[in-house]
Amino acid sequence: MTLAEVLLGVMFVGLIAYALFGGADFGAGIWDLFAGGTRRGARQRELIEHSIAPVWEANHVWLIFVLVVLWTAFSGGFAAVVTTLYIPLIMAAFGMLARGAAFAYRKSVTTLGMRRFFGAAFALSSFVTPFFLGAVVGGVASSRVPPGIAQGNVITSWLNPTSILGGVLAIVVCAYLAAVFLCADARREGHEDLADQFRARALGTALVTGAIGLAGIFVLRADAPLLYDGLIGRALPVVLLSVLAGVASIVLLVVRRYPLARLTGGAAVATILIGWATAQYPYLLLPFLTIEEAARGRATLVATTVALVIGSLILVPALVYMYALFQRPPPQPEASATAPDATVEASRH
Amino acid sequence: MPGMEILLADAAENLHPARWQMAFSLGWHIIFACIGVALPAIVVVTEWRAYRRGNPHLRELAHTWAKAMGVLFAAGAVSGTLLSFEMGILWPGLMNTYGEVFGFPFVLEGFSFFIEAIFVGIYLFGWNRMSPRAHMLSAIPMIIAGASGTFFVVAANSWMNNPTGFRLDESGRVVDPQPVAAMFGPSMPAQVVHMLLAAYMVTGFTMASIYAIGMLKGRRDHYHRFGLLIPLTFAAIVTPVQIGVGDWIANVVAENQPAKLAAMEGQFATRAEAPLSLGGVYYDGELHYALEIPYGLSLLVHHDPDGVVPGLEEFAPENRPPVNIVHLAYNVMVGLGTALLVLAAAFGYAWWKRRRLLQHKWFLRSVAVSGVAAIVAMECGWITTEVGRQPWIVYDYMRTAEAVSPAPGLYLGLYATLAIYAVLTVFTVVVLRRLAKGHDIPAPQELDATPPDDRAGKVAVR
Repeated sequence: MTLAEVLLGVMFVGLIAYALFGGADFGAGIWDLFAGGTRRGARQRELIEHSIAPVWEANHVWLIFVLVVLWTAFSGGFAAVVTTLYIPLIMAAFGMLARGAAFAYRKSVTTLGMRRFFGAAFALSSFVTPFFLGAVVGGVASSRVPPGIAQGNVITSWLNPTSILGGVLAIVVCAYLAAVFLCADARREGHEDLADQFRARALGTALVTGAIGLAGIFVLRADAPLLYDGLIGRALPVVLLSVLAGVASIVLLVVRRYPLARLTGGAAVATILIGWATAQYPYLLLPFLTIEEAARGRATLVATTVALVIGSLILVPALVYMYALFQRPPPQPEASATAPDATVEASRH
Repeated sequence: MPGMEILLADAAENLHPARWQMAFSLGWHIIFACIGVALPAIVVVTEWRAYRRGNPHLRELAHTWAKAMGVLFAAGAVSGTLLSFEMGILWPGLMNTYGEVFGFPFVLEGFSFFIEAIFVGIYLFGWNRMSPRAHMLSAIPMIIAGASGTFFVVAANSWMNNPTGFRLDESGRVVDPQPVAAMFGPSMPAQVVHMLLAAYMVTGFTMASIYAIGMLKGRRDHYHRFGLLIPLTFAAIVTPVQIGVGDWIANVVAENQPAKLAAMEGQFATRAEAPLSLGGVYYDGELHYALEIPYGLSLLVHHDPDGVVPGLEEFAPENRPPVNIVHLAYNVMVGLGTALLVLAAAFGYAWWKRRRLLQHKWFLRSVAVSGVAAIVAMECGWITTEVGRQPWIVYDYMRTAEAVSPAPGLYLGLYATLAIYAVLTVFTVVVLRRLAKGHDIPAPQELDATPPDDRAGKVAVR
């Protein structure tokens, strides 16, 4: 393995983390959209808000991490992708803007009209943003991004069968992840009925994801033959692993083993992405630009690798601490004596 | 694949909209970035004082500011995300050629942003999950990450002003990029310090101004007094230092970017005994109607009245920045900075003499406008830096026109950006006003204290 491949591999770990954690946050927003009327959906919405509020900003940074590693170490490939696919990318960025702002602002308003408006903006943008990100992946994977600045078609590079497959798959996968994650969150908060609701949704989206995946095989064979060859060739073991993990999480959901279902559900999604990467290896831009050709100056690669190693020594403990803090059972009301306002609020409910 | 001529035509069509889009989204983001950098320190000092004294007003202030921090940090985070997309979407020529040279500080900034986001979550939602001491300590990584993030981002910008750490071969390709050396160019130290202090000034004056307005409306309770005094103290300590740093950065610009300095001063002729020109309009190769301070510019640049200052005539017309914008922005920044220094000095003098300044309407009025003044001064500083660097995106190496994307239809992004930010600005103001008015709005950490329960439906529809 060369240094460039190691570096791109680390970037890809960041991409997987974004898909799992950021993806689940998007999915939570999608379930907010489908939670039902104001009164009926209130408890689900509250669980969703409660689960993602402390962590969504940190989860979102994985995307920034992917972008900055790409533009520093693979500047040419980065410039090719973002100029040809600028429309879905800017749409995704607008979606993230609307989504993050609406979510944070909703917490700060009390009137029903304003909460509904921000809630709708949050939920709708959670729905469309993954589509655009999936469409970007579809454009790259179906050989529609040639190297050079804005050399590909700015419309058909993301409005094509593979991109639409990627976009739809992204939406469904986000919803699936969120449902699986929320099952365990609901149970920890002591709401078995909510857990059952999300369990049904997790099972439903798992089946839909499987169906889309099957249909996707034919789409890719017709529209992205190079990727298809890779997927049924070198990447086949990874694809089978993904199917296995998907089936395992269905079983675990059926028997209500939620924490384990989180692991297998996450593995099923991660292996989809790893399958894509394996299928198009050693190309960054299939079939135009290999990873080696795209890698930039040696000193830059070394500096970036060192920064990632040292940075992760700080980052990983901080992330672990954050998740541990917010995955603990919530404190009892009397334990919140340090925040008197909160106690007042709690008693007013 | 489109022909070369079409590409160039598209690039020309995209250049000005792309510059406006970048300027607009940067100018918006930077206000929230400043607050994200400086607010945690101000909040945690307040929390610490509240904890030590057991003072309920201070505790309430810390709570209110933490709520505002949740809103403001989210606005900063998402608007910063758009910027990182725009770096590539709008300026692929820059990233394609020089990403390997100056992209590195952004990788480091990614870690700063990570730490900031993690600990903002911990700080905001950990009030009742941690001991008071642990909670206050959780603000320290935020403060450090804010400062280091400023360092990394401004280091990248200072590289664009004074590129170092690479060589070009005969064909103009980058060889031997040294990303670490590129972070430590000649403009970096002064620019970083200037920005970091500006963040504390903007945040301190803006927060103080909110409570000054409240006091002018007759709300003269402890809550408002502390709300004014704590942030104003931060800002007043930083302001005199900033004036000194201003002198430093002017000298750095004079040494490394003489064309920018000439535009800042509206100076056409190269001359000794150069005056400092205030105001005026530049046309026909001369600054008209300006107020001139004899020897001022020579003194500023060389600390010597006989010092020779190069003027715009030294540079080919196509290499000169737009003089009027840069000169005006620079003058406004210096003027407002000086006014804020006077305010800070009055505040310091009154504190020293133990005068009761908060009883004076003129003082409260000055504080009330200081927030807007600080924000305008900061924006004008960035206009001076960025427009003063034109027509270069990488000073002396790459023109902005060479960096812009030729993608068809790109210019439409400007209208979308303007529309979205108009809506976002309105709602940001609405939400912050609500937070400022009601002390007891259940956001963001309060709701967290109550897990969803069976009565939650009633709460939501109430």
